[in-house]
Amino acid sequence: MELIFEKSIAGRKGFDFGPSDVPTHAKIPANLARREDAPLPEVSELDVVRHYTRLSQKNFSIDTHFYPLGSCTMKYNPKFTEAMARLSGFTDLHPLLAQLAGGEQWTQGALQILYELEQWMCEMTGFTNFTLQPLAGAHGELTGIMLMAAYHKSKGNTKKKYVIIPDSAHGTNPASAAVAGYETISIPSNKDGGMDIEALKAAVNDETAGLMMTVPSTYGVFEGNISEISKIIHAVDGIMYYDGANLNAVLGRCRPGDVGFDVMHINTHKTFTTPHGGGGPGSGPVGVNEKLAPFLPISRVVKRKDGVYALDYDHPNSIGYIASFYGNFGLLVRAYAYLLMLGKQGLIDTTSHAVLNANYIMRKLEPYYKICFDRICMHESVFSAANQAERGVHAIDIAKFLIDQQIHPPTVYFPISVPEAIMIEPTETESKQTMDHFIAKMIEADELSKSNPGAFKDLPRTMPVSRPDEVKAARDIKTSFFTAASPTDAI
Amino acid sequence: MNPYITNTPLEVEQMLSVIGVKDLDGLFADIKPAHRPRSFDLPQGLSEYEVVRRVTALSLKNNVRVVPFIGGGYYDHYIPTAVPSLTSRGEFYTAYTPYQPECAQGTLQALFEYQSSMCALTGMEVSNASLYDGGTALYEAMMMAIRITGRHKVIMDGGVSPIYRKILKTYTHHLSYQFEETPVVHGGSSRDEIFRLLDRKTAVIILQNPNFFGTIDDLTDIIERAHQAGALAIVSVYPISLGLLKTPAEMGADIVTGEGQSLGLPLNFGGPYLGFMCARKKYIRKMPGRIVGETVDSKGRRCFVNTLQAREQHIRREKATSNICTNVSLCALQAAIFMAVVGKNGLKAMAQQNLDKAEYAKQLLSKIKGVEVKRTSPTFNEFTVHLPKDASEVISAMMAKGFAAGFALGRYYPGMERYLLVAVTEKRTKEEIDRYVKALQEVLE
Repeated sequence: MELIFEKSIAGRKGFDFGPSDVPTHAKIPANLARREDAPLPEVSELDVVRHYTRLSQKNFSIDTHFYPLGSCTMKYNPKFTEAMARLSGFTDLHPLLAQLAGGEQWTQGALQILYELEQWMCEMTGFTNFTLQPLAGAHGELTGIMLMAAYHKSKGNTKKKYVIIPDSAHGTNPASAAVAGYETISIPSNKDGGMDIEALKAAVNDETAGLMMTVPSTYGVFEGNISEISKIIHAVDGIMYYDGANLNAVLGRCRPGDVGFDVMHINTHKTFTTPHGGGGPGSGPVGVNEKLAPFLPISRVVKRKDGVYALDYDHPNSIGYIASFYGNFGLLVRAYAYLLMLGKQGLIDTTSHAVLNANYIMRKLEPYYKICFDRICMHESVFSAANQAERGVHAIDIAKFLIDQQIHPPTVYFPISVPEAIMIEPTETESKQTMDHFIAKMIEADELSKSNPGAFKDLPRTMPVSRPDEVKAARDIKTSFFTAASPTDAI
Repeated sequence: MNPYITNTPLEVEQMLSVIGVKDLDGLFADIKPAHRPRSFDLPQGLSEYEVVRRVTALSLKNNVRVVPFIGGGYYDHYIPTAVPSLTSRGEFYTAYTPYQPECAQGTLQALFEYQSSMCALTGMEVSNASLYDGGTALYEAMMMAIRITGRHKVIMDGGVSPIYRKILKTYTHHLSYQFEETPVVHGGSSRDEIFRLLDRKTAVIILQNPNFFGTIDDLTDIIERAHQAGALAIVSVYPISLGLLKTPAEMGADIVTGEGQSLGLPLNFGGPYLGFMCARKKYIRKMPGRIVGETVDSKGRRCFVNTLQAREQHIRREKATSNICTNVSLCALQAAIFMAVVGKNGLKAMAQQNLDKAEYAKQLLSKIKGVEVKRTSPTFNEFTVHLPKDASEVISAMMAKGFAAGFALGRYYPGMERYLLVAVTEKRTKEEIDRYVKALQEVLE
């Protein structure tokens, strides 16, 4: 399909701002003015509408396709939460209004939403305080690790050097720890998908700043030894970090704050179904217990004695500003509306059905694909296409097969510690019929891997493109319409 | 309440029997009694209608009825209806990161177009697919400059947004970088001070145009001096101003960042926004964040993929260029569509109206007794006004008259309590500006 720039016709307009109604006509001094107009497209509004409508039709999405992308929690995004976030009382609200003297009086609705959401998150997770500021899950991780660092610094503990991370963790965990200034130590998993306690004990010492754990793990396994692990870490005054990427599997069934964790983040785009947007914006609120609360970022939202909600900047031990404002507010409104509707029982049911659906698919596919851990899984299950790979059909081939069946593939090749990994997360919003169809197609793929393994090579066949050349993309780099493809060397 | 769970009781029975557990609780046997919640005291669920009523009532408690003359890097620009209409398509907003390019060409091509438009706007050779917001993008750019130069001294112009400067300090306080902040003189950069501090240890000079006070400048001389010292230059820019202003590429910048909210995103009480980052092509492998590249498929057809992923956390883990996992894809899409609808001519016309209306407001304001419009440097659509009394008091009084009068500079600059930062966009009509000036006159009388 043509690029919007290739549809450009000199002189065509898509939008008219109308004549200016002020008598002034000013001119930028020549030395400060751009030499040529920015070469943006010159297209009509209809050109733009058709172009982007057609582009949208090239996407698989939750609204159009089953999307069992493991670890991403692609559940239905209710339409009414979109409508709530688009109310002009929210969209037209300037963030700096709240920072003016007396600014809280003009932003009470927004501040109340932030305050109540924080309170609910505390109750759901067993923590004493939350900040809604982090702008994505990885941003929450970084914030949490910075809180860890601030804690050790406040105790004058300069020895802390390492953050321990299981090998099944998301790549963001070690990257976040590194950005915050820590080195990382990877711990292997045992045969049940849990943490290898002996390896952990061997790795922990006075230099251990903390442990980052995803519960349930990315294997879809609930770690039964949490209490023991937390004792080991706390014995050296380490901090227990809970990566909440998979909180949707345990909400209402276990609270991280009750079982030894000191800090966590929530991915609202997963657990609280704010839309993924084609890869963001995300939102990654961070919760802490009393130990870390003094260090939370500013501003913080408070409810004053007179019942007025306000922003509070007076926290001398705070790590400071981690983002420009108060979080991705538009997403927080969606999460707020979703939580208001579901309430306590709705949330518990959500967890139950997410886990029910995941286990149903796991047991149905077990005869055909190798399961990694033969036990009840949580919100997702991890398979290996090792058997199919022996026939020359790899996880990526099965993914491409599913695309031709109008199903978005599960996550493949993650967790990286599982060869030929296929990670399936159906979520609670999918019906048994949809899952049965998916199961049938997965079985078909297995059968085809036996009868005609070569058939996978050209897949997908029904899509506008098939098997892009990623090596070429990284070698002859072309990332803009205006710049020719060319290799660039690493500097 | 949960109308989004579709399993019927009969289906639940069928599925439980496939799994081999008796009831839903049986699925959670791995969670020992000791690990179960000590409390889970949340409100009861509500119907959709009740939620809509309650959330709508909250939205009405925010005062968005005042006429805004407040900016500070975040502006009330008009958003053509086609823009949110297209980004509201479920095919865009309910998709995820384009891990499977065959079924994500819509998102991927749109991001390639976004990157291209950002290059058109800034004049730079490459753009990434977006970062969280303007402040965190500037932090990422600074780290990138440090990686490229291997040096640890940062010179920061005092005209860079104080919010951004606070963010940079948070992220680097544990690192042993040398930070030097230079003062603002006559609303602009202090060249004397920057050149005095610049040496062979300097990794980067960080500049902003227009700066926080609204001043516009040609930064070419500063950037040349930086390059002579082997340092890089980052310029944080305001996209709409680039409809008219000299581009950072024309000034020689190495990395360009900024807040993309003005490109078709609502103010949204601070987010989601759009952090953008552009650079010289030779630095692309040191850039953080997702980048979409053009390639061909197995049949030779043009297509788009996430590229240079070897920089990223899911491959490099602790050695990645950044811990960033997502971009703000939907916001980048919104900006791409905005730039396409407004287009080459529209952006220039829009920028011109911002300039004209701000100049008109300046003329009227300077006639008020006791009000001094700072005129030592040219500005774009935002400018600094000195008032005869505390700006916070004036703002409160103006709110009562239906205007968000501006931003009180004393909030971030001690000693500037009487300074007001005023923004005038293309949306402000002559009548609104006239009424604003009259109201201010009354407040000051």
